[in-house]
Amino acid sequence: MGKIVLENVQKHFGTVKVISNVSLTVEDGSFVVFVGPSGCGKSTLLRLIAGLEDATGGRILIDGADVTDLPPTKRGLSMVFQSYALYPHMSVRGNIGFGLKMAGMPKDEIRKKVDAAAATLNLTPYLDRKPRMLSGGQRQRVAIGRAIVREPKGFLFDEPLSNLDAALRVNMRIEIARLQRSLGTTAIYVTHDQVEAMTMADKIVVLNAGSVEQVGSPLELYDRPANLFVAGFIGSPKMNLIGGATAEPYQAATIGIRPEHLIVSRDGGGWAGTISVAEHLGSDTFLYVEVPGVGLVTARTPGEVSFHAGERVMLQPDPARLHRFDKQGQAIRG
Amino acid sequence: MAATVNTRKLARAMLTPAVVILFIWMIVPLLLTIWYSFQNYNLLSPENTGFAGFMNYKYFLTDPAFFQAFWNTLTITLSVLVITVVGGILLGLLLDQFIYGQGIVRILVISPFFIMPTVAALVWKNMLMDPNYGIFAWIATRLGFAPVAWLENYPLFSIILIVAWQWLPFATLILLTAMQSLDEEQKEAAGMDGANFASLFVYITLPHLARAITVVILIETIFLLSVFAEILVTTGGGPGYASTNIAYLIYHQALLDYDVGGASAGGVVAVILANIVAIFLVRLVGKNLEA
Repeated sequence: MGKIVLENVQKHFGTVKVISNVSLTVEDGSFVVFVGPSGCGKSTLLRLIAGLEDATGGRILIDGADVTDLPPTKRGLSMVFQSYALYPHMSVRGNIGFGLKMAGMPKDEIRKKVDAAAATLNLTPYLDRKPRMLSGGQRQRVAIGRAIVREPKGFLFDEPLSNLDAALRVNMRIEIARLQRSLGTTAIYVTHDQVEAMTMADKIVVLNAGSVEQVGSPLELYDRPANLFVAGFIGSPKMNLIGGATAEPYQAATIGIRPEHLIVSRDGGGWAGTISVAEHLGSDTFLYVEVPGVGLVTARTPGEVSFHAGERVMLQPDPARLHRFDKQGQAIRG
Repeated sequence: MAATVNTRKLARAMLTPAVVILFIWMIVPLLLTIWYSFQNYNLLSPENTGFAGFMNYKYFLTDPAFFQAFWNTLTITLSVLVITVVGGILLGLLLDQFIYGQGIVRILVISPFFIMPTVAALVWKNMLMDPNYGIFAWIATRLGFAPVAWLENYPLFSIILIVAWQWLPFATLILLTAMQSLDEEQKEAAGMDGANFASLFVYITLPHLARAITVVILIETIFLLSVFAEILVTTGGGPGYASTNIAYLIYHQALLDYDVGGASAGGVVAVILANIVAIFLVRLVGKNLEA
């Protein structure tokens, strides 16, 4: 069990408000990702839940019990740190079993649990090695092993993949998601990488400047961003946000259209522009089109297309996938 | 390739004078000491000269004072090591916490290390431990106790106290910096794992300090085996030989008994003993220094 509820949680460092009035419910067994640009307070929020920082105001509830003033140990959560924070003088076995040892569990029981955790994470051959003798991915797995062995109410991940290379990151991403599903334990995962957020989360919490911008499933955020910030943050390449005269016919201050929702043609309707850069990725082609009066518009066309830099093209936005925002940056529905 | 070879040759050539001077600086006194240790060379009996064989060694090693000095040397070294390492860790833990005026407090804690041994010993002898007008005596009389004549009644303990006071800052400084290099996330991880302050110290901090403690022990031992100024200034090795260590015993033979041969033999013995201690130490704690 591990339902985590935040009620009006605030955190100030001196006069600086890092977190202002965050209320949030993390359902038992769900995988929630906190995502946002650096400095948005997502790590601080995670540390507040962990108990490594004290909340200035508000309440944190785990399974209905108020843990706001409890030390980290008593909250029954475990955390995977960005730097892994392995104990360098202990073997892998010692690292994974440390929490159990602190809990006063008998030795042979610790041994059993550590062996089981190591087996799930393919760490069995390395149990007697020191962390410095392991590769980055192995260290990462030891850190995860340390978290799962205690069978916590919830896992907290603080940008756990940011120290890995791109290929390994994709593998670990899948491994973590699969592990979480098979254990069924609540997980909160902090990242600045919106691809990680989109691929792993049941629910994404988009944070900006210490407050929640939108909460929703990955596709909700993609299809119906609540405001300009979420619209610009979720999706890669970024949504084209166009204001001024172009937006006026749509009765909006700003319109947004994702690169994949633009129909590119040589002689169709829409905005006329010149391709300034074409990125051919094989699976997709990204076109950066300079449209007079609109600006630089990114368009994504599936597969290999024959457009090249310098060509004139027409961009036709798909009206059903067009997002409209008012002056305050809030989405206009209907 | 050729450039590297030339650079290396040049580097060697440039280094040579320094190395040669250092080598001579070390080897000449050592050889002279060994040479004198086999000579009859006593300034009080100048007519007695010539090769002495192992007489000087026999005389030095069978002198009852030698054994006392030997044990005194070990006692001083070990006691000061224990006091400074334990005290240094405790002080380091204290100074690692945030307090107002941190900078000044840290400088004050480090300052005894900047005071030369002679001055420190004089301050302790005259201002603190003197049974008539020392501060300890004043405190004792205020509390209704008889003042203690520290240097007369507890000479070795007094020496240990003075030397430990001098070396405590060094240990504190090294151990404090080592503590500060402990990764904050590691402490937090241990906290999440349920470690309280005591187990955090035993399982995380202490292993992290192992290397620093080794450095403190090795460096301090080198100096503690040859404590001299503090003894000369305070007790003069007495009463009797109660606070004489090997360094002081050698000084005693050479400059009070004018026995150059005997003192040289003592010097060689001291070098050998220091090497034995060094071998033990490196065996015992030196493995911590391997990365």
